[in-house]
Order: sequence, then C-alpha cells, then structure tokens
Amino acid sequence: MPNLKAVDVVIVGGGWTGLMMAKELTSRTGLTVTVLERGIPRKTSDYALDMDELDYAVRLRMMQNIAEDTITHRHSMRDPAVPVRQYGSFLPGSGVGGAGEHWNGASWRFLPSLFNMRTHLAERHGAAKLPANLDVQDWGVTYDDLEPHYWRAEQMMGVGGKAGNVNGKIMDGGNPFEGARKSEYPLPPLRNSHLASLFGEGARKLGYHPHPAPAANLSETYKNPDGITRAACGYCGYCERFGCMVGAKAQPSNTLLPVLQRRNKFELRTGCWVRRVVHKDGKATGVQYIDAKGEEMFQPASIVILATFTLSNTRLLYLSKIGTPYDATAGKGTLGKNLTHQVEGSTRVFFDKPLNAFMGTGGLAMRISDFDGDHGLKGDEGLLRMGMIGVLSNGSRPIQTFDAMPRGAAKSNWGSDWKAAALKWRDRNAIIALSGEHLSYKQNFMDLDPTYTDKYGDPLLRFTLDWTDHEHRQSEYAKEIAQKIAPAMGAVLAEPIGGRNRYNVINYQSTHIQGGTVMGASPESSVVNRHQQHWDVQNLWVLGASCIPQNASHNPTLTILATTTWAADALIDRYLKHPGLVA
Amino acid sequence: MKRREFLTIPRQAVGGLLLYTLAGEPFRVSAQQNGDIRVPLRFFTEAEARVITAACERIFPSDATGPGATEAAVVIYIDRQLAGPYGNDKYRYTKGPWVESYPEHGYQAKETPREIYRQGLRDLGDGFAQLPVDAQIQKLTAMEKSRFFQMLRTHTIEGMFADPMHGGNAGLIGWQLIGYPGPVMSYRAEIDKHYGVPYRPKPRSMEQIVGRKPALWEDEKV
Repeated sequence: MPNLKAVDVVIVGGGWTGLMMAKELTSRTGLTVTVLERGIPRKTSDYALDMDELDYAVRLRMMQNIAEDTITHRHSMRDPAVPVRQYGSFLPGSGVGGAGEHWNGASWRFLPSLFNMRTHLAERHGAAKLPANLDVQDWGVTYDDLEPHYWRAEQMMGVGGKAGNVNGKIMDGGNPFEGARKSEYPLPPLRNSHLASLFGEGARKLGYHPHPAPAANLSETYKNPDGITRAACGYCGYCERFGCMVGAKAQPSNTLLPVLQRRNKFELRTGCWVRRVVHKDGKATGVQYIDAKGEEMFQPASIVILATFTLSNTRLLYLSKIGTPYDATAGKGTLGKNLTHQVEGSTRVFFDKPLNAFMGTGGLAMRISDFDGDHGLKGDEGLLRMGMIGVLSNGSRPIQTFDAMPRGAAKSNWGSDWKAAALKWRDRNAIIALSGEHLSYKQNFMDLDPTYTDKYGDPLLRFTLDWTDHEHRQSEYAKEIAQKIAPAMGAVLAEPIGGRNRYNVINYQSTHIQGGTVMGASPESSVVNRHQQHWDVQNLWVLGASCIPQNASHNPTLTILATTTWAADALIDRYLKHPGLVA
Repeated sequence: MKRREFLTIPRQAVGGLLLYTLAGEPFRVSAQQNGDIRVPLRFFTEAEARVITAACERIFPSDATGPGATEAAVVIYIDRQLAGPYGNDKYRYTKGPWVESYPEHGYQAKETPREIYRQGLRDLGDGFAQLPVDAQIQKLTAMEKSRFFQMLRTHTIEGMFADPMHGGNAGLIGWQLIGYPGPVMSYRAEIDKHYGVPYRPKPRSMEQIVGRKPALWEDEKV
C-alpha cells in the first residue's frame, strides 16, 4: 500500500462538519488539512438542471449509492437482520457537501434540556421513576456553552427567523419556549405560504404560540462574515433531495467550499473511500482508503477527524477496532449505543380551496412548540417528552403527492374513480406533522452485521431499532392536538395517518439518524468526551450527529455545526498547545 | 443485436412527438403521411408495448375527467426506465443471501424490474390489449397484490407527471391535467399571494426552459 506524504490533519467526509472543521483549522492555524470525500465534487452550477422530480426526488440521485453500501436492520436482538435494499426511512447524501446539499434548510437550535436530559428528567420525575431501559444522558456540554457557536452557524448560513426569547425577554411572534438567544436572527423569516398562514391563524385561535421555522433558505440577499454573498430564495419548491441552483439554500458547496478553495494548505480529494483509521499504541497514525482509481492508499496524519454521516462514523470505529463495542445484554461498552431517529405523528387535513402548494421552500414551516420538550406536559399524558407540531410548505411535486385523498374516496388505488378522487383533492390537502424527540433506549443500537458486506467486502452496519409505547403515545398525542387545530385552520376533514406500527425502513421519515459515537462526561457512558475527542485515541476526533446522545424534536444541522466549532476551539486553542485529553 | 422495435401511435392531430434519447438528448419524430408516429423502443417489443399501454390505460384512464396514460405516452417512459440502469437494479443493494422478511423491510427478492415486467407480461398474456375493458380490469384486479402491478401503478404515475425528458407526460399533458407548472425558477413575488384561489401558471418543461433545440430525426440514431 503506497504511503502518501504526511499531512497534519486528515478529515474523513466533506460535508457540513468536515468542511466547517477544515475552515476553522485553515483560518486559525498553519496546519495542512486534507479532506477525503467518498462521493463526487459539487458546485452550485451543477444544480442548474436539477429541477427534475424523477431523477432527484424519486431515483434519489444525490444519495449514497445503496448498491455499494447500506445498513441491515432488525427490530430486536431476537430477529434476524436483513439489508435495507432500497431507500428508505432516511436518505444519507453523497458527494461534497453530503446531506448538507440536499437538506431542506431547517435551522433550529435544540432546547436547553436536551443537553442535560438525564439530570433534567431525574429532577422532574425522580431518578427511580424513570424507565429501566431508558439510556438518555447528559452531553457534558450545555446550551449556554453552545449559544455563541449557534450564533456563528446562523451567521455563516444566513438563517432567517423570529426570535422568541432574547436574553430572557419573550418576543411576540417568535417561539417563547426556545432557549434564550443573545440576539435576533441574522435575517427576517421567509414569506408565508397560504398553508403556513392558515396554520398560524388556527393555532393562535386555540391559544397556542405559532412561529415560523428558522430557515437557511435566504429570506433576503445576504453577505456572511466570510464575505460570501448569496441570492434570496425563489420558493421554487425544489429543496429537499435537490441542490439549490441559485445558492439561496445554505449548502457546504456555497458557503464553506468557496472559502476553503482559497486556502493553499487545504486539499479536498473526492472518490476516496476510507476503510480504516490506522492506529498504533493508542494513537491514530492516519487512514487507509481506496482512491478514485481503485487503489488502496495510506494517508499518514498527526490528527484524524471523522466527519461522516452517523452511519460511517460509527462503522469506521467498529471496522478500525477503536473503542469498546456496546453490549446490550450486559449494558456495557459505548460504541454503537444510543441509536435514535425521530418520532412522527401525522394527520392529513383536507380543504375546500386550493393551496397552490407547488410553491414553497424547504425551510418554510409554521410550528407550535407549546408541546415541545416537556414544558407543555401536565403529567397525565403518559409521556416523558413530546415535540413540535406544524406544517411544512417545501413545494408539493406531482409524482410524490398525486393521489392523497380521504379514506374511502375511491374503491381502489387505480382506475377512473381513483383518478377522479385524486384530481378532486389534489392541492387541497396537507399534513399536520409531529417532529418528536426520540429518547434513547438500551435496546436500540448499532453494531456490525455478521452476514452482509459492502462493495469492498467490509461488514455492513446493523441497526437494532424499534419503537416503544412511548413513541406510539407521542404520535397519538400529536394526532389528538391536530384534530383540534384542523377545524380552526379551516380544514373540512382531518384524518390521522398510521397506527402503532413497528419501525419501517422503507417509508421516508427524516434523515436525522443519530447516536453511535455519543459524547458525554465519562468514558463509561460515551465514545468521545465533551469536546468530541475520542477517550482512548486522543488524536482522533469525531464530529456530527453520531455524537448526539438522544434525538431532539429539531433538525440537527445547526447543532452539529455548533458542536463542530465548539470542538474546533478545544482542538485549536487547547489540544494543539498541550496534546492529550482536553478536560 | 435484436431487430429494432417500434411502437406505432396513431396521432392524426399532432405533427410529431418530442422524444429523448437515453442520454437525455431531445429529438422529434415526425408523423408519417397517414398521421401515425413510429417511436423506437428500447426495452419492450412492439407487442409488449401494446399490452403495457392497455394496462396503463386501465390504471390511469382517459375519461370524462381528462386524458390518461395513453395520451401521455406513459409506455415510452416505462420503456426508457427499464432500458436504463434502474431496470437492471443498478441502484439497489443486490448482495445475498436473499431472505424473506417483514413488510417493514420492503421488497427483498432478487428479481430486477426488467424480470418483474417480463413475468408480468406473461401473466397478462399476449392478447391482453384485445380483451374487452371489463375483462382487462378483472385481470388486473386479480393481480393487484403482485409486485408487478404495484410497480406498474407507480410507474404509470411517474410517467404521467415526470418531466417529458423521461419519455412520458407527452405534450405536458399530465401537468396540464393537474395544473402543475413544472420547474419555475422563482415564485418570490407570488408565494404570499393567491390565498385560497387557484394560481396556475402555464406549464413549461425543462426543455422549454433551457431552450435546447431538438434534432429532427425520423428514427432515433443508434
């Protein structure tokens, strides 16, 4: 295996966290930084012709090629696992920018209680009252630690929104339940779709506090602190599963990459499939990868940073035999634990007037946070945590939405009467959705599959994951609330979707799969410390959603950017000066 | 190489049909003197294309509510999809062992879309297109639960509403039917207007927006 010239830092993964860390390192140090990305190069002009629902939203052109690498899934340790052969309940991206290219743009901060969940729940309910299989934990970092980092990420992307809590002062029109912000958003909220305005009016009538979602789809033309100027959003409706052709949606390719391309100590290599972190005597020495020509390479480096999606971060540590694999039976070990997704609970609402729902943008949502976290829970709901409820106007495209209709509106799902019903209800329906927290449990985890392999013969990652009564109850409670909101917003009919089903790997939910390399205060409960430095291999750092110990109701992008600059501060200001474990 | 197959579509009122190569290059097939259009096929034989056309028409019929799968040339869309990488499962995980599992794990069998269609065509029978409509409906109803039927139904919707560059939605007939404008760069001035009233800009395809000129070919060049 050829040895390449050593670099100071090698970063695995060219998405939000990898490029953000590369930008911090090349801005603040003289280190040489190489990013290895498995997928293809990307730039804004690639997206000039991507407003094609079939190729991008149905055939999923921007995602990791599932033929090469996937996961296996089983509902419990008693079941055999089978591969996820086609997407999918979540959509991992590939190429420079990763999932940060095809995301919707929702840019929330997590609630303060997310970061000290174990302490918070123990104080609220008493430690003895918490379920025995609950595996939530404190992150070791608090909302207050991250507040300035959230602000940096919001400025970098140009997030538009309405603050609900500035330094403890509750602001009208914002989310009064959010953690205190130091300042208003960089930009105002997006313009309202008809659907968002209907939801806002309806929720307000019932005494709730509707507020626009914070969005990285620029509400106005914006120049960020790095000097990058991007155009305002056109509400074209092609965000999720697409790259933005005008660069209005913040993506790594239009915010971080233009800065990095001017740095001469930065190198980005695409088509590089990292298979192992190589380590000796408790120290990482570099990474082994297969390059775009199919040759196996070794890239020596003084510092190794894993910055891939949740799946590959976890799998690379397993394949490299770094850390202690989680043993669910014994309740010991850390690598692979705290696998979480997000909890859904949808109600389809129907109207007698059209919504013109083809207009929209990924971040254009109206929500209520009255039931988010646990501040809205009285104690008799059978719930520890809940989530946000609201509507999303991200652009309704015809293939995916054609035949939404009330139950019983047609006698089958094809033929003349089906077509007539679909045409009647088209553009007259929407979803009131829950985006719910998913607590972590001892029985939900990731390890290596004993049977199935990727294109290079390496074992696939295996999910053991299912819903519990708590998640079903979250869904049901959201549907009860939606039944109240629907008539207040002028809907003529509201039908809850789904029931107490098991985890389904086929139906898309969100791409917010988290856990596996969680952060925390002690090596007994976490893979990385509060700065995302590996406990055992201290020149190895792990970034991104794999470090999140339990799933928020909120989309994680802003938080993983904030934890990345938080980690960068520890790495640059402390570790580089005194190599060793950063306290 | 097998003999080139064509689907002949009677289309008296139209001068021709805009089609696309598998590489996405546009070309126009002109109507012949009798008004018929000869469309080169990539996967189906002409006989198979007639069966699929009839089956798609039952799924998405042309009726009092508007045009259907035949007018939209859905069969051309399906022909192109099956001929391309999707038809051969290039984007599906296809390593064994192959085992059956719970419905929550989705389709777990080995057969590719091409194989599923060949079997489905056998099940429908060569004479399907000539059957009376009621008999066609009866036959499809009996197959409703099959992987083939579920695929055919999904592909019919895709062929109605995908950009015409993929072969269906001929003349933007699907988008006109539902009032979908196709790709539009900006609704910035419109998003917070038209509340409660239909706003239906005239549909345009990617081709019309980009402005590529189609080549004028009688038959598709190989």
